[in-house]
Amino acid sequence: MLLRHTPKELRKRSALTVNPAKTCQPVGALYAALGVHRCLPHSHGSQGCCAYHRSMLTRHTKEPVMAATSSFTEGASVFGGMANLTQAIENIFALYDPDVVAVHTTCLSEVIGDDIPQIVRNAADAGKIPEGRTVIHANTPSFVGSHITGFANMTRALVEYFAEPGAAPTKRINVIPGFVEPSDMAELKRLAAEMGVEILLFPDTSGVLAAPMTGRHEFYPEGGVRVEDLRTVGGSLATLALGAWASAPAAEALEKKAQVSFEVLDTPIGLLATDRFVDALRRIGGVEATVSVTRERGRLVDLLADMSQYFYGKKVALVGDPDPVIALTEFCLTLDMKPVHVVTGTPGKRFEERVRGLLEEAGVEGNVAQASDMFHFHQLIKNEPVDLIIGNTYCKYIARDERTPLVRHGFPVLDRVGHQFFPTVGYRGAMRLAEKILDAFLDRADRETDETAFELVL
Amino acid sequence: MATETLRPEDAKRALTEAYPTKAARKRAKQIVVNAPPDAEGFRPPILSNTRTTPGVITQRGCSYAGCKGVILGPVRDILTITHGPVGCGFYSWLTRRNQTRPPSEDAPNYMPYALMTDMQENDIVFGGEKKLRKAIREAYEIFRPKAIAIAATCPVGLIGDDIHAVARDMKEELGINVFAFSCEGYKGVSQSAGHHIANNGIFEHVVGTRDEPPGGKFRINLLGEYNIGGDAFEIERILELCGITLVSTFSGNASYDQFARAHTADLNAVMCHRSINYMAEMTEEKYGIPWIKVNFIGAEATAKSLRKIAQYFGDPDLVERVEQVTADEMSRVRAVIDEVRPRTEGKTAMLFVGGSRAHHYQELFREIGMRTVAAGYEFGHRDDYEGRKVLPFIKIDADSRNIEELDVEPDPERYRPRKPPEELEALRAQGLDLGEYEGLMADMEEGSLVIDDITHYETERLIELYRPDVFCAGIKEKYVIQKHGIPMKQLHNYDYHGPYAGFRGAVRFYREIDRMASTRIWRHVTPPWAQDPRPETLRQAS
Ligand code: SF4
Ligand code: SF4
Repeated sequence: MLLRHTPKELRKRSALTVNPAKTCQPVGALYAALGVHRCLPHSHGSQGCCAYHRSMLTRHTKEPVMAATSSFTEGASVFGGMANLTQAIENIFALYDPDVVAVHTTCLSEVIGDDIPQIVRNAADAGKIPEGRTVIHANTPSFVGSHITGFANMTRALVEYFAEPGAAPTKRINVIPGFVEPSDMAELKRLAAEMGVEILLFPDTSGVLAAPMTGRHEFYPEGGVRVEDLRTVGGSLATLALGAWASAPAAEALEKKAQVSFEVLDTPIGLLATDRFVDALRRIGGVEATVSVTRERGRLVDLLADMSQYFYGKKVALVGDPDPVIALTEFCLTLDMKPVHVVTGTPGKRFEERVRGLLEEAGVEGNVAQASDMFHFHQLIKNEPVDLIIGNTYCKYIARDERTPLVRHGFPVLDRVGHQFFPTVGYRGAMRLAEKILDAFLDRADRETDETAFELVL
Repeated sequence: MATETLRPEDAKRALTEAYPTKAARKRAKQIVVNAPPDAEGFRPPILSNTRTTPGVITQRGCSYAGCKGVILGPVRDILTITHGPVGCGFYSWLTRRNQTRPPSEDAPNYMPYALMTDMQENDIVFGGEKKLRKAIREAYEIFRPKAIAIAATCPVGLIGDDIHAVARDMKEELGINVFAFSCEGYKGVSQSAGHHIANNGIFEHVVGTRDEPPGGKFRINLLGEYNIGGDAFEIERILELCGITLVSTFSGNASYDQFARAHTADLNAVMCHRSINYMAEMTEEKYGIPWIKVNFIGAEATAKSLRKIAQYFGDPDLVERVEQVTADEMSRVRAVIDEVRPRTEGKTAMLFVGGSRAHHYQELFREIGMRTVAAGYEFGHRDDYEGRKVLPFIKIDADSRNIEELDVEPDPERYRPRKPPEELEALRAQGLDLGEYEGLMADMEEGSLVIDDITHYETERLIELYRPDVFCAGIKEKYVIQKHGIPMKQLHNYDYHGPYAGFRGAVRFYREIDRMASTRIWRHVTPPWAQDPRPETLRQAS
């Protein structure tokens, strides 16, 4: 057994986290900053954090992940990080020539209490920031929230730094995608284009973290939201914030700053959440749902109906970030599966309320936990076994011990490829998810059914 | 090829010219063109173990990573609790590929677990000691370990939590060994500080607490071998074939009890000089165990290391057995070298990684006829480059002074010189380099580039200038290099492959490099139409 010390018996813990189902703010902030064209993320603290964040994002995306650090040593932790950040800014512009440097803090610089805007102002006054370049920042203390909070904070910083209150009105809709894969971001843009709705997606890591091999490393790949475009978000028709945790704070900030109204929607994973997203684009964009999108939807429903016998009644355990997990719970219910354990590491009571609401409506009894961890998640599975686990790569230890199929989803996925290229949002994404879930069930059946009952056609 | 015409001095200039003046001056001291030793045997000095310049994009990590990740990470039955916010503990969870073999199905193995206090704002404001105590109790209730280690992350030192006091109290309360490491990430300038802190802690709190030696006539400790991808298993296999008993490994496939009786060994064999030389020195002073530098990366190097161990013990049977094992294994190794070499001969490699691998792996490349044109460490010190003879001349700066140096004295009961001084002298006279390490430069060609703490900027320039056939570094560099169309080998985690140590590992590595240098996909980076961008129809039209 890999997790041989995890007992079935649940015991309350109030101080110890074992096998977390979340990580720290900066990695989310770094990921969000990569979604801006020609932006270099910068970690203000000791260099270990940045090394860890880059490593994790690289393992997840199999792509270069560029970010700099203030490389604090003991001196900086005593006297503050001003000298380090100033020097970093100078070196970054000399070596890497970014349009934007996006500084996020770490636990250390938060505890020290460095005033980033002040340091940046001083650097600007000293002529260390070239004309037309911007250094932005977000406070991302990891003793608050999770990597999702960090993503939300950096996305909000994009609004705070770039959105112009008096921007000329446009026919655009702002879409904030939340902490989803580059492929998901590309799919959201495709879906909107398919409907003839002009959207501005930010941040946008598609095209940044799925760069082609050309024989040259492009330090700043093609993709990412342009700063010029960010300046205009205040003139958009409305903002769609996909995910209450990852995206709502930026939408709220934009409403405050430029009176752009917003709607918070679920991450469009699964049939119903995608319906709501499409419908919102239709309503706000003032268009008809196009034949092509309606057909996409129809194809999805066709698949789900034809294969419904394999989903019906299957028990599922879900773990991951609140926004996608809420949507996944709903999708599982659409498929008549039973999400009996639904867990997130990110804190937020609303998660429990929302998931419980979904379960109650469907008449499913399940365990729901926020601010929890994978140790607890595993114990829940030991007490009530499931047919399927959906979660990140760390779940494979549980899946193997409990001999339960696993569909990898969320952050991080370290041991498979595909998430970089094939989305799980939208109707097409739902098809892919349904295919993965089916594969998990049917591969198991092919492996384990006895020879007499072995079937050619399924 | 570009390398033939490029002067290393020019390459050096190209690497540093974009830096602002201050940074350029510093980098110039960290980039050295290798030269033969001077009359007194000294190589050109290289600035190292020095602060990374902010903003350059470095490979380096932190002291916590060196302590909790590198040294404590591979130990299966010390339950480590990270005291800090969630991230540090999360990232160091199962990401280093340390393998371990618990003796039975129900023997403890905590490696798939990441334990932490996940400090919240309240703990930061009002102090986290209370939460830490509670977390230790909760952990004890679940795991019932024989030892608990506490690893501090950056904020802990700053808010003033006394983790050592907590450890003392909990040791008393629970009746098991509990000890703490002040390995906050801002200590020192790299992972290296964390190695030192970890060595100190294990030495103080664990080594010497169990006196009964294991059986065996020739007992050694293997220091600085972390069982990435199963390396330690291969070394264990070879030592067993030779009849050498491994008392403990620091810390691949290690257990608490091995550490506890490490002082019963008669020789310390040091693999990674950088990370563990402290332990070698301290155990020599306190217990009288001499040490030698070994290297089990490379077949010839493995053979040489075994011979050194045999020479130390001076037993004719052992000497003979080592020769037999070596001859036997080498015949298999040579067959593969002969097979691979026609494809690898004359190719070039670059290695920028760690604190010993950038040196050790050159040996493997050499064995298949490949040249290392540039190399350097991520967190090495001058002695790892220039050899230990520079030790007296290394200036101790503020960052190093902050790392505690233990005052070690001979143990009144357990100090036992393993050999009389005359015998050690005689061994030295016969060429056994007791307590010596020559460093990386000694094994590199004249005119090759030695670069400490290479930056991302320099990495890209270097690739453009030299276009090596294989580049070795870590995960953060991996896909940058490959975007350039150059195959990249990770030497921290072996790209989920290995083991590469010992004889069988060498064979696996030769085949791996052969695979990398001949993988077809690299030939298809350029699309066919890029050579002929004007289609037929257009050409006709014009
Ligand atoms: S110190 Fe904070 S920011 Fe750095 S890795 Fe740890 S939790 Fe994350
Ligand atoms: S907070 Fe400190 S200890 Fe943790 S990863 Fe960052 S540098 Fe290392």
